Formats: sequence, C-alpha cells, structure tokens
Amino acid sequence: MTAALLEVRGLKTHFPTSSGIARAVDGVSFTLERGEVLGLVGESGSGKSVTGFSLIGLVDEPGRIVDGEIRFEGRDLVGQPTKELRRIRGRDIAMVFQDPMMTLNPVLSIATQMHLALEAHEKIGKEEARQRSIEALARVGIPSPEGRIDSFPHQFSGGMRQRVAIAIALLHRPKLIIADEPTTALDVSIQAQILAEMKALVKEFGMAMIWISHDLATVSSIADRIAVMYAGRIVEAGPVGQVLRSPRHPYTQGLLDSLPTRTSPGEELAQIPGTTPSLINLPSGCAFAPRCARANAECAVIPEEVYEDARRFRCHHPLPERSTP
Amino acid sequence: MLGFIIQRLWQAVIVILAMSVLVFCGVYAVGNPIDVLISPDATQEIREQVIAQYGLDLPLWQQYFGFFQRMLHGDFGESFVYNMPVTTLILSRLPATFELVLFAVVGASVIGIPLGMYAGYKPESRTAKLIMGLSILGFSVPSFWIGLVLIMTFAVQLGWLPAGGRGETAELFGVDWSFLTLDGLKHMVLPAINLALFKLAMMIRLARAGTREIMLTDTIKFARAAGLSERTVLIRHVLRLIAIPLVTIFGLELGSTLAFAVVTETIFSWPGLGKLIIDSITSLDRPVMVAYLMMVALLFVVINFCVDLAYALLDPRLRRARA
Repeated sequence: MTAALLEVRGLKTHFPTSSGIARAVDGVSFTLERGEVLGLVGESGSGKSVTGFSLIGLVDEPGRIVDGEIRFEGRDLVGQPTKELRRIRGRDIAMVFQDPMMTLNPVLSIATQMHLALEAHEKIGKEEARQRSIEALARVGIPSPEGRIDSFPHQFSGGMRQRVAIAIALLHRPKLIIADEPTTALDVSIQAQILAEMKALVKEFGMAMIWISHDLATVSSIADRIAVMYAGRIVEAGPVGQVLRSPRHPYTQGLLDSLPTRTSPGEELAQIPGTTPSLINLPSGCAFAPRCARANAECAVIPEEVYEDARRFRCHHPLPERSTP
Repeated sequence: MLGFIIQRLWQAVIVILAMSVLVFCGVYAVGNPIDVLISPDATQEIREQVIAQYGLDLPLWQQYFGFFQRMLHGDFGESFVYNMPVTTLILSRLPATFELVLFAVVGASVIGIPLGMYAGYKPESRTAKLIMGLSILGFSVPSFWIGLVLIMTFAVQLGWLPAGGRGETAELFGVDWSFLTLDGLKHMVLPAINLALFKLAMMIRLARAGTREIMLTDTIKFARAAGLSERTVLIRHVLRLIAIPLVTIFGLELGSTLAFAVVTETIFSWPGLGKLIIDSITSLDRPVMVAYLMMVALLFVVINFCVDLAYALLDPRLRRARA
C-alpha cells in the first residue's frame, strides 16, 4: 500500500493573545487517501478552518503551527520555507473560501485574476492563459465563458462567483482541494448546484477534498468520511454513514439532534446546552464535559482515542452502537 | 460615459459662476485700491478721474457684470501694479509653480506609496517603525522651518545647492522651464523637497493604512492560496485596491499646492504664483487677486474631473453605475 495523500499527525496551531494562548487546533490527526472526500464538521470556532489554513501554511498572524506534522505525499510541510509552500499552494493543494463576494478582487477582470493564478506556477503566454481560463470556466458550468471572461466579479451572481473561484482553484488540477464552507454564503438552491458540481469535479479529476462545514446535511451528501471537531480536537471520525446513523460521541449526537427533520415538523429543536468554551481557558479534561449529560468525574481527564473498525472517537462514556436497520 | 462628462461640465459651469460672485464680492470688500493707485497728495480732480476710469464709482452689481463680461472674453483687466494684462502676468508665473509642484507631488507619491505599502505589509518590522516615525516628523515640523534648515545645511554650510531662484531655464512650447537644464534642476531640488515632505508623510500614512486593511481580506488570502508570490500580491492586488484614496489625495494635493505654495516660494524666492498672490494682496492689486482665485477654482474643477475619470479607470464597479 502506498502512502496516503495527506497524513496529519498531532497538529497544533496556537494563537498567542494578550490574555493567553488560544489553542485553535490542539492535536488534530487524520489521513486522507487520493480521491477521498473528508467532511470536517464543527461549530464556529472549533478550529476547522484553522486546520484548513494550517495545511497550506496560511495561518493568520500571530498564529503558528507549534507542533505536529503534515505529510503531503510523504513530505512534511511543517517548517518548510515559504517559497516551498508557495509552490505547493494552488498547484498541488488549492483552496476555495466561504464568501465569493470577498475572495475575488473586485477591481481586476476574471481574465486577469486567472492569468495571475496560472502565471504563479508556469510560464504561460497571454493567449494560452486565456484559452485555459475559458476551458476552466466552462468546466465549472459558466455559460458562454468566452464572453464573460473579461467581466468583473460584480457582474456575476454569488453562485457564479463561487464557480469562478472554484475554476481558479482547479486551474492546475490540484491533488487536494480544501473547501472552506464554500456553499455557506449561497442560496439553498445554488448550494445544491455547487455541491453537485464539486462532487462531479472531484470525481472527474480524481482529487481528494476536505470539505469544511458546519452543515451536516451538505457534508453527508458529499463526504466519504467525516471528522467532527470540537474545541480544536477531532472528537469523532469515521465513514459518513456510520457516524451519522450511529454517533458514538455525545457531541455528534447533539449536533444531529439540533437539525430539523421532515418527520417531525413544528417540534422544538433540541439544543446543546451551554456555549462553546473559550479556546484560551479550555477545561483540562474533555472540552465537551461541561455541556454533556453523560459526563462524570472521569471526564476531568482527556479521554484516549478509541478505535473501532474504521471509526474512532474520544469519549469515556460513548453512546451505544445502534444496530443498523 | 458621455452623459457623465456632460453632467460634470454643467456642474463645473455652476461652480465657476458661484465662485466668480464670491470672489468678486469678497475682494471688493477689502480696502480701497484708490489709495494704492495714486499718491496721497493727488488733487481731488485726479482722484475722481481715476475712480471713474476704473469704474469704481458704479454700484457693485454693475461692476460685477462688467467684470463678468470681460471674463467671458478671457480679459481679467490690467494689474494695478505691473501695468500689464493680468492673464499674461499669471501665465508668466504659472510654469515656475507648475513644474515645482509637479516634481514635489509626483516625487512624494513615487517614494511615499512604496514606503507606506512596506510599512503596512510588515507593520511590526523595525524599518516600518522608522518609516512611520519619519512620517510623523514630516507631518508635524512646520514647512518654513524645514525650508530654512535645508538652506542652512545644503546651501550655506555644505554649499552643494543654490539657496534660491529658478536658475537657468530652457524654452519648451514657448515657455521657460527650469527642469530642462542642470542648473535649473539644482535650483529646484531644495524647494521641491521642502514642498514634498508633508505630502510624502501623507502618502506614507495613507498607503500604510490601506495596505494593512487589504492584507487581512479574503481577497489576499485567496490570492496567496493560489500560490501568487508576495510581490505579485502587493503590486497586482493591493496596489490596485488602495489606488482610489491615493488618487483622490494626489489630485487634491496637486491642486492645493499649485494654489498655495506660498511659504516655500517665499523662502526660496521661487518666482511662482504664490509670491505673486501675496504681493498682490499686500498692494491691493484687485484684478490679480480676482483672476488668481478664479484660476484656482478652475484648477480644482479640472483636477476633480480628472480624478473622477481616474476612478472609473481604476474601479470597474463605478463604470457601470455612471455609464
């Protein structure tokens, strides 16, 4: 068996602040095979986006990766000089962001922005860059790309802008694409379109993808595996069907309970009591314990990871496995 | 675009009209030019004759319409002091100020914007702090004092550069310019630096603030995530995004410096417009004052128009709204 495409081990990304160290990512490990889609799920502030940015070395100042390794095709990216990382960004690992209104430069034409992205990794003439860009735009479903390539971002709708951003991310046919909530800012109907589009593209290119989202519904429809993050750690991970059908960690169960369902309309949704803990003063044991109905004295110690077949979770009192119907 | 230009021309006409009324009435309210025009021991007869000759006995509105009619023909009258047409007088002084100010403002931008962008790009670095320290100095030290220090240092002590005057000039398009000769350039260095320091400080601050803000946006993150080099990010993305406030300030500074380079021109005895207007105010040379102020109004109208055109070039979002 060849090495996995991406292997993250004990990744810790911390942000020193005036009131202490914020442990945004605190010991995250996962592997990703070629062509696999991993859904990274969690609430705001759970560290899922920071994990994504850590992978390409673009953590905001003053944050830094303090420990762990990120092996991409066997090579550790942590501690690589910026120049090396830049060669990987966009070419091997690309990223799509949440808000397409904010990611594209409003004063540069689409053609210019795509040309810059192409130029970043290869010597390319203007005409060729244009041809490649038009092909890329056509691939993500933008109608009559020849006519629209000279337009500016404000002349596109939100969904179309996100398609342009995806086209830019796919220009170099990366091996891994990190999608940081790419559908959150879009209308529901557009969300479904983009989701289907991404699914098809990932398959066509044989790309691996990390789909970062707080939306379990989108994740369940696109991911092969899912990893649930809470306060900087992965609390549960496994094949998407198993995890969602029979969550073992109480937090995952809580997330599922707070989703509206079609079978019980009008009923009040269950909430997880309490709020997400401050990343500066994390409880010393399980971070979820203060909000967890199953917690007891044992939870003052960080639980070891439990492996069961393809799944793993961190909990002293896991929910019993439900037999699948 | 055409509609926009027509609209702006129409606005310009109104601004100039309003300015002509304000300027004429304002200047009319200041002193009695007759005292300057004739010697105090002149007879009452001569006095009345001169008053009638300049139309100073007519009511204000008649004087204004007379002035306005002549202005439409490009005639601002004759200077009381120089006894020559005001238009010729101003045009003879304009190039000196124009070249000095252009050098100062363009120089300040060309040097200030990169420095400011660097300070915004690496705000914690020592170089950035040094740049910002210097910019505070440029802001707060009075211009006349810097001018004197410059003369003391480079003209008197070191003797490298001349202390004042325009030096040798060469003719281009029928106008004398200092920047075409080495001697003229030497004469221009110190006053240009003196004028530029404040603008340099302003450009640095503006570029820094813009850069700091833009660097934190997703646009820059996305560009970096695509593997763009920092150089490309700064030049192709950041510079374009901070250009609008920079162009605005560039235009305003160009206009206000052209109009009011008085202090520097006086210190370096640079024979430009600033000196002319100060002289004309002390001698109550009404036609020169009025013509000068009208020229300043026109200047700002033209500059603002150019700035607006530049906006449309720089920001595609404005193009559509105005088209």
